[in-house]
Amino acid sequence: MFRFLNLTLNGVSLGMIYAAVALALVMIWRATRIVNFAQGGMLMFTTFIAWDLAQRHHINYWVALAVAVGAGLVIGAVAERLLVRPVENGPPLNAVIVTLGLLIFLQALAGMIWGNAQAHSYSPAYSIVGYSAGDRTLLFSPNDVYIVTAVLIVVVVLYLLFQRTSLGLQMRAAAFSPEVARLLGVRVGRLLTLGWAIAAALGALAGILAAGTQTGYVQTVGPFDALLVYGFTAAVIGGLDSPIGAVIGGLLLGIVLSYADSYVSNNIQTMYAFLILIAVLMVRPNGLFSRSAARRV
Amino acid sequence: MPAILERSTLLRHTLFALVGIGVLLLLIHNLGDYRNSQLAPIAYTVCAAAGLTMLVGQSGQISLGHGAFMAVGAYTFALLQAKWTSSHPNVQLVGLLAAGVVVAAVFGAVVGVAAARLRGPYLAGATLALALGLPSLASYEKLSDHLGGSTGLNVTSPNPPTGVNAYRWQSIICCVSAVLVLWFLSNLSRSRVGRSFRAVRDDEVAAALCGLSVARVQVLAFVVSAGCAGLAGGLLAIINLTAGPGAFPLSLSLSLLAAIVFGGLGSMAGAAYGSVLVVMLNLSWAQTLTDKLSIHSAKVANNMPLMIYGVVLAVAMLAAPYGVQGALHRLRMLATGTRKS
Amino acid sequence: MLELEDVVTTYGAVRALDGVSLTVPDGTITAVLGANGAGKTTLLRSVNGLVRPRSGRIRYAGKDLTRTKVDNVVRAGIAHVPEGRGVITELTVEENLRLGALWRRNRRETQASLTEVYGMFPPLAERRNRSADTLSGGERQMLAVSRALMSRPKLLLLDEPSLGLAPRVTAQIMATLRRLRERQSLTVVLVEQNARSALSVADQAIVLNLGRVVASGAASELAADEKLRHAYLGF
Repeated sequence: MFRFLNLTLNGVSLGMIYAAVALALVMIWRATRIVNFAQGGMLMFTTFIAWDLAQRHHINYWVALAVAVGAGLVIGAVAERLLVRPVENGPPLNAVIVTLGLLIFLQALAGMIWGNAQAHSYSPAYSIVGYSAGDRTLLFSPNDVYIVTAVLIVVVVLYLLFQRTSLGLQMRAAAFSPEVARLLGVRVGRLLTLGWAIAAALGALAGILAAGTQTGYVQTVGPFDALLVYGFTAAVIGGLDSPIGAVIGGLLLGIVLSYADSYVSNNIQTMYAFLILIAVLMVRPNGLFSRSAARRV
Repeated sequence: MPAILERSTLLRHTLFALVGIGVLLLLIHNLGDYRNSQLAPIAYTVCAAAGLTMLVGQSGQISLGHGAFMAVGAYTFALLQAKWTSSHPNVQLVGLLAAGVVVAAVFGAVVGVAAARLRGPYLAGATLALALGLPSLASYEKLSDHLGGSTGLNVTSPNPPTGVNAYRWQSIICCVSAVLVLWFLSNLSRSRVGRSFRAVRDDEVAAALCGLSVARVQVLAFVVSAGCAGLAGGLLAIINLTAGPGAFPLSLSLSLLAAIVFGGLGSMAGAAYGSVLVVMLNLSWAQTLTDKLSIHSAKVANNMPLMIYGVVLAVAMLAAPYGVQGALHRLRMLATGTRKS
Repeated sequence: MLELEDVVTTYGAVRALDGVSLTVPDGTITAVLGANGAGKTTLLRSVNGLVRPRSGRIRYAGKDLTRTKVDNVVRAGIAHVPEGRGVITELTVEENLRLGALWRRNRRETQASLTEVYGMFPPLAERRNRSADTLSGGERQMLAVSRALMSRPKLLLLDEPSLGLAPRVTAQIMATLRRLRERQSLTVVLVEQNARSALSVADQAIVLNLGRVVASGAASELAADEKLRHAYLGF
């Protein structure tokens, strides 16, 4: 029972990180109907920037985080303007290939700057020593509290932005029906750029949170690719269209992976992700929370 | 062109295939070992890409996980090779490759049944997770004894006939397979089956109203496509002398997709061009270009080919949104003076 | 005053507008009539910048709009109700309405416009917090028209407001237009296939055929012209 509780707590913490990545993918999907396969590369790159500042130059954790989030904003905006805008009205698969190109480009660029050989570690913001309950130690530490709180705050802020502000209303209108929005004077192009920028910034946060959970997380390829796949899995489970779905999907995935890791085997994590995804999609082919019917990629 | 060739597509395709095999044999004979070792990967990539373009371009489904089917083909080849020894090396070779095709096709059917319920990004997500998940099974404790864990299983290269060296023989096996796959898929695409694929792609409702079982057509497309990938996987095992999870990373699945979009979606010739482009870019061209730049920093030089690959992918999509086939089509239009409205 | 001067708009090789000239005086309702494919919708799309004319000139209130983009056309005081109503079904009724006035960035005016529009179409007020996809066809048309009015436009472009609606709802919408013209001197360009109902509210009308103006004049004159009615208007 205690083990079960511990695994659940651990799963919640991991799940919140997946939820953040999923949320970033959902934002981009809603805005441009593109699955951003470069998200993993974008957050890898921003995490490297923060790692360089925090670990190599001993700059304060929060400053490094802020710089990474700022870099995310810029990378997202530039990617949308330079790469995505031109293929937006082309065949849908082309956008997929373009984001793949960006992913590979970022991996190569990171390799050029920081090298691909080593796996670096990132000191987390808070202690990762679990709280103790009586004479036993929980698999839940101050750093996990920080992860859960940080993502929850972001979720609430995004919710308020989308539901309560006129900027959010315009972003939703631009996402659902760009031509009508344009007719009503909404600057659709700018909002799409903004959407990508916010998504990339959110990814930057997720990357740094994830980097602190494991030693040797910061590599040019590997863990961040897996993070993208888990984020995408969580987003698809939730229904791709739904921010709430992304959060629930992330939590579900995190918790189930945590159980399976411990009760079955910890070598086949990605296979569990596939099985959970298939199980959910067989019951609800458009995910748990999607309202509108799926379109082609 | 003689009238009989105009009339019979099968005959025309067969003639092309025979000529193609002839030209390739001549080419292989004249290429050195190094060039032949590049030709073989192109050829097995063509097998997988042609199958994928059938699925994506013609039946309108998507798979980001074809590497998984290649893995199935490769492991089948390796597992059976260890169990089954035959006095006829060529019979054994064909048998093992065919087994890879069949087992991959069965996997394809299973995935296809699930896929028939899914659309667009949901299917993309499921196949992406498959591409990452399936190869990881090799490390699962209960299977790793049979599947060789993360190092994989050994494969012995088929003995070449006397007078042919090993590289040439591998090239011949792969090229003949690729031509056979192209021949088969071209005919399939011109048949009732191909038409039903395209009907389902263009409008599922209309296709269903015409009496097609949409789900069955979609599953069939997955079976065909996975079978081709299985063959490609078997060939890959022969070339690499091993079947291991490291040979089927996510990037393999994604570059297959890049190859077919590069070449021009849905076209067999496009799958062939695209495979040449993607494989050569990965294996050789980007490296040559990097060498020409004479970069001193090892970090930069090591990553330059990858960067060139990424940039080419993105730029190609911006410059030629309909791939090589689309660009050729446009050139033809310009040459004949007709304008697309 | 909206002025079109020899406007040519093409889609590839097809000339959807083939030299159309039109003057719409302020405070009038102008009906644009014609069969399917006559170029009526293209005319509106050219005015509001959704498509760019190949040649010719479009001026509104002295300003050249020929090369202006959609989002700026709206800011010049021209609102457009697209064909098929263009209600964003994922948003609520009130969100749709507020969207119409957002570019003005004036909270108080937005609130005033909301009250006004709810007064005009009470069914919308009742359903203000419902998702727009729960509305009936007639209510959606009311919503689309109201949303355009939210920006307090001087010129309203209406594309086929009667399409698929019950005659009673059409009449209601036409009556509203008439009232707005009288009270707020709103200028309206009304594209319609339903020539009879359009001519009943319009001051002047033009008839398009294959991208050219084949007839123009006062609405009452056109309605009285038997030959024209048989050839192009179908009543």
